[in-house]
Amino acid sequence: MCECCKGQKDIYLPELAVISKRRMLNGTELFLHLEKESGGDWQYTPGQFVEVSVAGIGEAPISISSSPTQKGLELVVRNVGSVTKVIHKMEVGHKVGIRGPYGSTYPIEQAKGEDLVFICGGIGLVPQRSFIRYALDHRSDYGSITVLIGTKCYDMRLYREEIALWQERKDMTVIETIDTAHDCWDGNVGVVTTLIPKIESDLPKSRVLVCGPPVMYKFVLMALAEVGVPDDQIYVNLERRMKCGVGKCGHCQINDKYVCQDGPVFRWSDLATVPEAI
Amino acid sequence: MSVHTVTKEQFKSFVSALIASDRRVVGVQAKGDRFAFDDLKSAQDLRLDYDVTILPPKKYVLPQQENLLTFQVNGQSQSVCHQQKTVLIGVHPYDMAAINQMDMLFSQGEYDVHYMNRRKQITVIACDVARPSPNVFASSMNTATIDHGYDMLVTNIGSSYVVEVATDKGKELLSLMNGARDASQNDLGARKAVWDKNEGWLNQHKLDCKPSFLPKLLEKSYQHPVWEEKARLCYSCGSCNQVCPTCYCFDVQDEVNWDLKTGCRYRAWDGCLLQNFATVAGDHNFRKKRADRFRHRLYRKGKYVPAKIDGQIACVGCGRCITACTAKIANPVEVYNELMKRTEIG
Repeated sequence: MCECCKGQKDIYLPELAVISKRRMLNGTELFLHLEKESGGDWQYTPGQFVEVSVAGIGEAPISISSSPTQKGLELVVRNVGSVTKVIHKMEVGHKVGIRGPYGSTYPIEQAKGEDLVFICGGIGLVPQRSFIRYALDHRSDYGSITVLIGTKCYDMRLYREEIALWQERKDMTVIETIDTAHDCWDGNVGVVTTLIPKIESDLPKSRVLVCGPPVMYKFVLMALAEVGVPDDQIYVNLERRMKCGVGKCGHCQINDKYVCQDGPVFRWSDLATVPEAI
Repeated sequence: MSVHTVTKEQFKSFVSALIASDRRVVGVQAKGDRFAFDDLKSAQDLRLDYDVTILPPKKYVLPQQENLLTFQVNGQSQSVCHQQKTVLIGVHPYDMAAINQMDMLFSQGEYDVHYMNRRKQITVIACDVARPSPNVFASSMNTATIDHGYDMLVTNIGSSYVVEVATDKGKELLSLMNGARDASQNDLGARKAVWDKNEGWLNQHKLDCKPSFLPKLLEKSYQHPVWEEKARLCYSCGSCNQVCPTCYCFDVQDEVNWDLKTGCRYRAWDGCLLQNFATVAGDHNFRKKRADRFRHRLYRKGKYVPAKIDGQIACVGCGRCITACTAKIANPVEVYNELMKRTEIG
């Protein structure tokens, strides 16, 4: 930084990170493990996101999928835009730029001692995994842990090996479903809301964390209201076009809220009167 | 700090001295039958008698396109610094109010070093409005006059200018102004008369409520039919955003140089009326309907941005959007008055 900036940090300047592991989770989702080029590690809390940049292409906001109890940063990148397309072609050792972490967090402190219910639709499992892993690493701090996972089709399922390990654990419940039946699948078939009646924990007293595609929220929230979960016990994790990540550029606004700063994790009671939210 | 009086000839010499200095000097000039801020080559070209400029002086604090970083492809990025000292001559009070608001927005929360560096390099010589433009409504928005933000304020009192020096940066320029004498009581009285007049007559469209009432009005108006009625004619061209002195939304893009090894990341003005403003990768548009985008702009001006800047309304009444709108639907006064008529405020 030059003289005129007088040591002021440039909020738009990314820091380089090296891809230390990469693997495809399915046909479109790439898992990345990153390490800081300069050494050290990122300070973040489950629920936050980073701006990932490829110099020459641009930046994209990506949820953090790892837990701060792990080393490095794990992201899952869907091959859907110009930046992510280039990231998909990158190999171990290649570098990306990282800004952040930004945004609000899951209630890791407030939820202590309470039952956790994660409702994940598709790629919504990715940011939820951050809190799931955090809770598993602090297992005695939380009550029961239930994870519902809905995926459009068999081939799109994410984190398959990890989910299998979770299913073996006695201290958590994981229930999966896929929207449409498949020859290799003998589990539940139907959308994720059909799993809600299977939850054994006392739902109205649990913290319910919801993340999925835009269309999912309406139905999940209706189902949760029906079984009497109070709005302030529900957390949703929203996607918007967070371009700057620092509350300036205006792209991620939902009415008066900035998803990059007030979100991406919102208490549903704070959003219920925000028409553009869902 | 101090108030002086200079003759118009003396002021002209002052502008010539500024142009001769190492500063970049920008001033209002005629452009066809309208006016624009542009680099000033001769004091002769300065037009302090203008009504309104096509674009606001925003383009000097937040340029249409501005480099944020330079980078090596696959490598490190470096911040770009903006170091050119600039004098901006002829900023009207409503535009000054808009710059004051942006100063707050870019420095609060995460400090935007690019905007703030550029802003610190700028010395603003504001000037009071000489005549109303066809669509100005600054009197309705309490921005027909201004008492802070500028480094120097110039008021035409007929035969001469009253020059108020408000900051150290303004004082620095005063040393180039030969012949300035302390303003007399008469001069100050004449300046007050200009202010009183401007507070009344810069009002081609009259807002039926105090601007401070707008957040409360909008709280009750979200489902109002006016959004759909007006937006039916909207071309989603974003002209209202582009000419607005308080719109500051921007897009960020990368550009690679011809060597394919280096490049820059820049930001450029964006507009919430444009169709894909809220579209994410995968083509999901979170504000797909024209009426929703049309409403968003007027909510930002009247409610969302005010909540971030101590209640100041983010419409300063310059009237540029009214002039720029092809469909003639952008007039904020028309919309807000319509809401006043048909909304019940409890």
